[in-house]
Amino acid sequence: MIRIADLHKSFGPKKVLQGVNLEVGEGETMVVIGQSGSGKSVLLKHIIGMLKPDRGQIFIDDIEITGLREDALQGVLKKFGMLFQGAALFDSLTVGENVAFGLRRYTKHTKKEIEEIVSDSLAKVGLRGVEDLMPHELSGGMKKRVGLARAISYKPQIILYDEPSTGIDPIRADSINDLINQMKRDLCVTSVVITHDMVSCYKVADRIAMLYDGVIIEVGTPAEIQATRNPVVQQFISGRAGGPITDW
Amino acid sequence: MAARHRHRIPIVAPFLQQMGEVAMLMGRTIRDTFRRPFEGRIFLQQLESIGVRSLSVVSLTAAFGGLVFGLQTYTGFHKYVGPGTEVYSGPIISVGLCKELIPLLVALMVAGRVGSSIAAEIGTMKITEQIDALASLGANPNRYLVVPRTLAAVIMVPVLTLYGDMIGIFCGFFYNIVGMGVNRIVYIRNALLYFNFWDVCVGLIKALVFGFVIATVGCWQGMKAEGGAEGVGRATTRSVVVGSICVLILNFFLSKGLPK
Repeated sequence: MIRIADLHKSFGPKKVLQGVNLEVGEGETMVVIGQSGSGKSVLLKHIIGMLKPDRGQIFIDDIEITGLREDALQGVLKKFGMLFQGAALFDSLTVGENVAFGLRRYTKHTKKEIEEIVSDSLAKVGLRGVEDLMPHELSGGMKKRVGLARAISYKPQIILYDEPSTGIDPIRADSINDLINQMKRDLCVTSVVITHDMVSCYKVADRIAMLYDGVIIEVGTPAEIQATRNPVVQQFISGRAGGPITDW
Repeated sequence: MAARHRHRIPIVAPFLQQMGEVAMLMGRTIRDTFRRPFEGRIFLQQLESIGVRSLSVVSLTAAFGGLVFGLQTYTGFHKYVGPGTEVYSGPIISVGLCKELIPLLVALMVAGRVGSSIAAEIGTMKITEQIDALASLGANPNRYLVVPRTLAAVIMVPVLTLYGDMIGIFCGFFYNIVGMGVNRIVYIRNALLYFNFWDVCVGLIKALVFGFVIATVGCWQGMKAEGGAEGVGRATTRSVVVGSICVLILNFFLSKGLPK
């Protein structure tokens, strides 16, 4: 379970997070929506311990991670897999080495076992026989799938998705959405998805949270969010230029 | 007066902040060098990238450095001390090359070739979130990226300097003996008489410091890169400029501070 309490973060004079409170239950898929630059990725990087908050706490399975030392944080990080917006595959490593990266660090599998898990993880995302390719030989959609294979290879309990459908065509985006649902079904993982793609949002979300002005202004199931009377949320989910959100 | 102070602080504060960032990165790098796991494969790759791939450029630089130093020393003795005194150019060429010219030339070449490549590689990793991915997959970015590169530079810049010393001394010898007909026996005897092991050590100590600074500056600029391809370009340029300036400044203070 993930619990975020009163999270604040500023970069210089710019206040990005101003008291975020959010809970994600075990096995739940929480989608965080919000405008570009609203701090969604910053929130995600706090959850995985890459950024330290100015104030506030983050609990992962009741362990408060914001004050943890590096070694202790490594133990918590094993629980996470993360799919980055641009996949963030390591340029100098092959696809196989990319997928094996976390396995080599987080597990004690033998070389042969790692090779099998790598093939298995790639097969789960619909890729076979690509282990020896370099990342630059892959299409955008394939990169995202390899990134997902890398994130799930060591069987994390929590997967964070940073804009999984951004930059790829609608059909590939839908296949990524299917994969997110498949990961939840097959691996029973807790997921946090950052997106501003509402089609993707409704397809994968158990609950949706909207981040606006540095705080979570609404949390609910897709049906509750669609029925909300909050004008900011309504403007965002319907994609209208006119409304209370003017800073775009 | 107050207005002058207000103008000064914005320039001084960022400078001090940057010096602080470099010092902290250096401290973390030294600390992480002794922590496990050690990234052996990347370290070996960097030894090859920094050392082996710099051999051709160091060979050329040292060869022409030796030749021009041999030429100027010969001319100096011949013109200002008198014909026949060129046999004393041996120790001057050897000491000058080993203590000053070769460590400096090698360091400037490495700053241009290796410092820029480190900044570009790490900068690209930074803007494409690969450094965040490293952290999320249990690899400490400092231990994975900075330590192997810095350690490889600390080892390979002195090795390249030693290699450059040999080439430079040989080329100085070649110019004087083969090109200008200086007495070979006396030239070598004088060189061996006045040139000692410490002269080589001074150059190697300098090279070690230069290697550490060049790699740290390259890594620091790469880690700070932001804003896409333009940001990587800026980081690359800065790593060469800052690295080269640091080398030139440090060279003076090391020459002054190291025992003669």
